[in-house]
Amino acid sequence: MVQYVWLVLLLPLLGFLVTGIWRNRLSKTAIAMTGCGTVLGSFLVSCVLFFQALAPGFRSTQVHLFNFISVGTLQIPFDFQVDQLTLVFLLIITGVGFLIHLYSASYMRTDAGYGRYFSYLNLFVFSMLLLVLGANYVILFIGWEGVGLCSYLLIGFWYDRNDFNQAAKKAFIMNRIGDLGFLIGLFLMISRFSSVSFGEVFAQASALGTHSGVLVAITLLLLVGAVGKSAQIPLYTWLPDAMAGPTPVSALIHAATMVTAGIYMIARSHVLYSLAPATLNVVALIGLATAILAASIALKQYDIKKVLAYSTVSQLGFMFLGLGVGAYGAAVFHVMTHAFFKALLFLGAGSVIHALGGEQDIRRMGGLRRKLPVTYWTFLVACLAISGIPPFSGFFSKDAILAAAYREQPLLYYVGLAGALMTAFYMFRLFFITFHGDFRGTEESARHLHESPPAMTIPLVLLALLSFLGGWVGIPSSLGGKDLLGNFLAPVFRGGPAIPMPVAGGNTDLVLMIVAAALSIAVVFWTRSLYRQYKAETTPGRGLVRWLEHKWYVDELYDFLFTRPLPRLSNWLERHVESPVIDGAVNGMGRMVQWGSRKIRLIQSGQVGLYIFGMVAGAIILFLIAFFLI
Amino acid sequence: MNWQEIIFWILAVLALLCAIGVVTSRSPINSVLFLIMTFFAIAGHYLLLNAQFLAVVHIIVYAGAIMVLFLFVIMMMNMNADTEPQKSQLVRFAGVISGGILLVVVLAALKKADPALMSEKSTDIGLISNLGKVLFHEFIVPFELSSVLFLSAMVGAVLIGKKN
Amino acid sequence: MDMPVNDYIFLSLALFCIGVMGVLIRRNAIIIFMCIEIMLNAVNLMLVAFSKFHHNASAQIFVFFIMVVAAAEVSVGLAIIVMVYRHSHTVDVGLMNRLKH
Repeated sequence: MVQYVWLVLLLPLLGFLVTGIWRNRLSKTAIAMTGCGTVLGSFLVSCVLFFQALAPGFRSTQVHLFNFISVGTLQIPFDFQVDQLTLVFLLIITGVGFLIHLYSASYMRTDAGYGRYFSYLNLFVFSMLLLVLGANYVILFIGWEGVGLCSYLLIGFWYDRNDFNQAAKKAFIMNRIGDLGFLIGLFLMISRFSSVSFGEVFAQASALGTHSGVLVAITLLLLVGAVGKSAQIPLYTWLPDAMAGPTPVSALIHAATMVTAGIYMIARSHVLYSLAPATLNVVALIGLATAILAASIALKQYDIKKVLAYSTVSQLGFMFLGLGVGAYGAAVFHVMTHAFFKALLFLGAGSVIHALGGEQDIRRMGGLRRKLPVTYWTFLVACLAISGIPPFSGFFSKDAILAAAYREQPLLYYVGLAGALMTAFYMFRLFFITFHGDFRGTEESARHLHESPPAMTIPLVLLALLSFLGGWVGIPSSLGGKDLLGNFLAPVFRGGPAIPMPVAGGNTDLVLMIVAAALSIAVVFWTRSLYRQYKAETTPGRGLVRWLEHKWYVDELYDFLFTRPLPRLSNWLERHVESPVIDGAVNGMGRMVQWGSRKIRLIQSGQVGLYIFGMVAGAIILFLIAFFLI
Repeated sequence: MNWQEIIFWILAVLALLCAIGVVTSRSPINSVLFLIMTFFAIAGHYLLLNAQFLAVVHIIVYAGAIMVLFLFVIMMMNMNADTEPQKSQLVRFAGVISGGILLVVVLAALKKADPALMSEKSTDIGLISNLGKVLFHEFIVPFELSSVLFLSAMVGAVLIGKKN
Repeated sequence: MDMPVNDYIFLSLALFCIGVMGVLIRRNAIIIFMCIEIMLNAVNLMLVAFSKFHHNASAQIFVFFIMVVAAAEVSVGLAIIVMVYRHSHTVDVGLMNRLKH
C-alpha cells in the first residue's frame, strides 16, 4: 500500500493543472470542488498510510520512482521515504490544507482570480508534499524551491498593488539567500559523502564522529537555509510583510506549513545535527533570540495580521529552541499544535476582516463578541492554546520544549518561559481589543457586520476542536499519559547518537509545568484587566515603546546596509567593468576584424602579375610542406 | 654514351636555351621565333620517345597554326623593341628568384625518387595505329566533346572580335 | 632505348620553371601568353615520357587533348587581347588593374 504514496502527490498536481489551464472556463463551483477535492483525496490516502504505520512492525519504506540524476559515482534517484515523521507532516499538510481550501472557497468567492488562486494553492500543496516525501536532499530541495515560488506567487496574488509585489519580492529574495546557504551545504555534502540520500549520508556521517569540522560546516549551511525559510533571525523580516497576501494564504503558508519546512529539514537531519553540538547550540540560541524579539514586537502592533505574523516568527523560534536542545520529537509536536491554532487564528482574523469589509487595524475594531459568536469562541480557544493554558494543545507541546530546555541549560528555560508569557500577553491583548469593549469602527462597517457563512465557520470549529484535543496525543507520562506522539516518532529519532529525550523525570517536570501554567493564567487575567475596555491611544509611543512599534528598526537597518548600497555598486560596476572591459573586448574584436580586413584588402591590387606571383609562392610553400614536413 | 643520349642532350640544351631566349629577348618577334625553335626541339624529343603521331601533330598545330596566330597579332599591333614595356629591376629579380626556388624545391623533392629504367616491352605505343585504336575505343566521348569545344571557341572568338 | 625517366622529369621541370619566370618577369600580355604555352609544353613532354615508361597509350591521348585545348585557348585569348588593345591601345599588363577593389 505504501507504493501508492505517489497518489498523494499526483492529486494536487492534477488539481493545479486543471484549475490553472481552465481557470477562465470552469465555473467557480467546479474550481472550488477540484481544488478542495484533490487535497481531500491526498488527506484520505495519507490517513490510510498512517493507519498502516500504526500496525506493529512498520518499517521506514523507500519508494523508488525513477533515476533522476546519474553522474559518475553520484546517484540521485527520485525516491520517496515514508516513515513516521513523513506521515505526521503529511497529515498536517493535507488535513489543515484541506480545511483552509474549504475556507478559501468561500472567502475568495468574489475575487476575479479564483481559478488562479486555487491552482497556486494546489501547486503549493504539491511542492510541500514533495518536500516532506523526498528520500534525499535534492528532492527535498525541489519541494523547498517550489514552496518558495508559490509563496511569491500567492503573496503577490493581487498584483496590481505595487507594495504587495514588493512584499512578494522581499519574501522570495530572502528565501533565496537562505537557499544559497542550503545549496552550498548540499554541495559540501556531495563532495564529502558522494551522495545525498538520507540513509547513505547519515551512515557515513555517523562514521565521522562528533568532532568533524565538515559536519559542523554542513549543518551550519543547512541551517542558513532553514533560517531563511522559517523566518528566524536575521532573515525574518519577510514574514510580516507577507501578510499582503490573502488571509487563507497566510494561514496555510506562513503559519502551518511552509515555514515549518526548516523545522522538518533539521528534524530529518537530526543525525547530522546531533553529531555537531556546536551547531545545535547555534540553533537553540537563534531560536530563543527570535522568539523573544518577535514577541516583543508583537506587543505593540496594531494590525491584526501583523500581530499573528510576529507570533508565528516567535513560535518558530520556540520550535528551533526545541530542536537546538535535542528535543526533535517535541519540536515536531509543537509544529503540529501550532498548525492547528495558528491556522485557526489566521482564519478567524480573516473572518473578522471579512465581516468588517476589509478593516485590519484593531484600533478600529472592538465589541465584535455579540456579532460574530462562532469566530469569537473559536478565536478564544486558539488564544488559550497558544498561551499554553492546560488542557489545550499548546500547553503540552510548549511544555515539552521548555522541559527539554531546562534539562539542557536552566537559563534557556527561564528566557523561554519569559517568551511564553509574552506570547500570552500579546495574544490576549489582541483578543480583548478586537472582541471586547465598544465598537470603534465607522458607521458603515457597523452595518456590514455579520457572521461568516458556514464554509468559513466549519473549518474554524474543526480547527478549534483540534486545538483543544490535539495536544492529548502527547501527554507526557509525568502526568499519567502515554505520550503517543513521542512513541510514534521515536523510531525516527533513534538513528542518531544517544541524546537524552525529555523523558518524564518525575517531579522536576511536574513542577515546571505547574509554574508555567500558573504564570500564564495570571498573565491572561492581567491582560484582561488592562485591555477589556480599550480606548485607542492617540499619542505615539516614546522610548522603548517607539522601538517596539517600529519593529526595532530592523527593516530600516537592512535598507541602509543592503538595499541602498547594492544599486550603487551595480552602477559603479557598470561604469568601470561592464563598459570598458567587457563591452570593450567584444567591440574591440569587431574593430580588429575590420582593421584586418582593411589591410588584407590591399592585396587585391588588380595587378595580374601580383596574383600569379602569389600563386607561385603558394605552390612553393605547398611543395615544401608536402615533401619535407609531412 | 650512345647516340640516343647525345641527341637527347643536344635537344635538351636547345630547348632550354630557346625557352630562355623567349623570356629574355626584347623584341616580341624574336620571342616568337625562339618559341618556334623550342617547339621543334620538343618535337624532336617526341620522336626520340617514338611518339610519332604526336610529334607530327605538335609541329602542325603549334608551330604551324598557333605561332602563326601569334605572329599575326604581333604584326597587327605593330610591336617592336622600343614600345616594349618593362618591369622594374626589383620585380624582375623577384620573379627570377621565385621561379628558381620553385625549381630547386621540386628538384630536391624528386631527388628521393629512384632513377628507374624504362620498361623493355615493345615501344610501339606511339604508332598511329595503336593510338587510333585507343582513341576511338576508350576516348570517343572526349573526342566528340572536343569538337563542341572547338565550335564554342570559334563562336567565342568571332563574337569577341566584332566591332560593335 | 633505355633513358632514365629522371632526365625527362628534370627537363620538363626546368622548362616549366622557365615559363613561370617568364610570366612573372614580362609585362607584355602576348609574351606572357607565350610563356604559358611553354609551360603547357613542358607538361606534355613529361606526359609522353611517362607514357613510354608505363607503356600506357592513354597518356599520349591526353597530350593530344591538351593540344586541342591549347589551340582553342589561344584563339579565344588572342581575340580578347585584341579587343583590349582596341579599347585602350596598350597590352601592358601593369596598366590593366580594373579588377582593383
